[in-house]
Amino acid sequence: MTNENIQKKILELVPEATETANKQYPTFIIPAEKFHSLCEKIKQSEDLAFDYLFCLSGMDWGDSLGVVYHLFSTKHEHTVALKVKTADRNNPELDTICDIWKTADFLEREVFDLFGIKFRNHPDLRRIFLEENWNGHPLRKDYVDEINIVER
Amino acid sequence: MGVKIKSMKYNDFKDNEDLELIDKSGGNILLTTIDGILNWGRSNSIWPLTFATSCCGIEMMAAGAARHDFARFGIEVYRASPRQADVIVVAGTITNKMAPVLKRLYDQMSEPKYVIAMGACAISGGPFFYNSYHVVKGVEHIIPVDVYVPGCPPRPEALLYGVMQLQRKLKKESFIKRSFNKRKWKYEM
Repeated sequence: MTNENIQKKILELVPEATETANKQYPTFIIPAEKFHSLCEKIKQSEDLAFDYLFCLSGMDWGDSLGVVYHLFSTKHEHTVALKVKTADRNNPELDTICDIWKTADFLEREVFDLFGIKFRNHPDLRRIFLEENWNGHPLRKDYVDEINIVER
Repeated sequence: MGVKIKSMKYNDFKDNEDLELIDKSGGNILLTTIDGILNWGRSNSIWPLTFATSCCGIEMMAAGAARHDFARFGIEVYRASPRQADVIVVAGTITNKMAPVLKRLYDQMSEPKYVIAMGACAISGGPFFYNSYHVVKGVEHIIPVDVYVPGCPPRPEALLYGVMQLQRKLKKESFIKRSFNKRKWKYEM
């Protein structure tokens, strides 16, 4: 499926979505409350069939926190990137998608570990790399650690 | 001038002044002869520990493989157990989470034991020195280092040079004096 068709399909499913310029993949910003239902639809639909979540990365845009999802269809061999944002820095919450793509389980734990984004309905949301008693979330822009970090 | 290493002249080495400093402690003729024999044996069979945490480890493997062939210097058998190893080559980044493991491995090695810090990460934290929350900035914060091999990662030749420096250092040691001092220290405890 061509990128224009993907854009059309996704805007059909979520009219509030906005496309952002990206050279490599068609990229959309999806409102957080519509994201989970969109994911279910684009996985099951015949002509999109995004069956493979190949990358899930946490982001800190300064004013908001969020996650970027990269999806691939092994059937049609097309790719899409979806962005979800939340403006609440103190208690950021997003819906989990690990019931749709199982691989998101560990990836969401990583995002939780390093960015502190909580995923609603995640079965086992614990830290994955850092120790259980670690304070804060080190990949956030406002993280301070006066002992270990040499600033430059 | 004392320490001889096969196929490399004494003056071709750097850091000869440091080596001569060790000499100043002196020793008597009988003991130095026995020491010479012991050190000849020890310095030509330094067994490294199989320990590598990142890309420097690949260079260390290259140094051990056929083209560069570490074994010419006797640093040959990679031991899988710290109990049997003489030297630990810290090849790679040591994170804060890895640090206690490295310390334990060092503690488990039997005396006499030596440490080579290989590559920028092990020397100072390297590319992770600034703005990182997770990397130990120099392995000497955890264990004492004998030889530093700079590079990112160092070529196998650089590691070979580092090993030869360790051999020179080893040949200057008085093994008898060392073990005697240790026993004395033990009784005083």
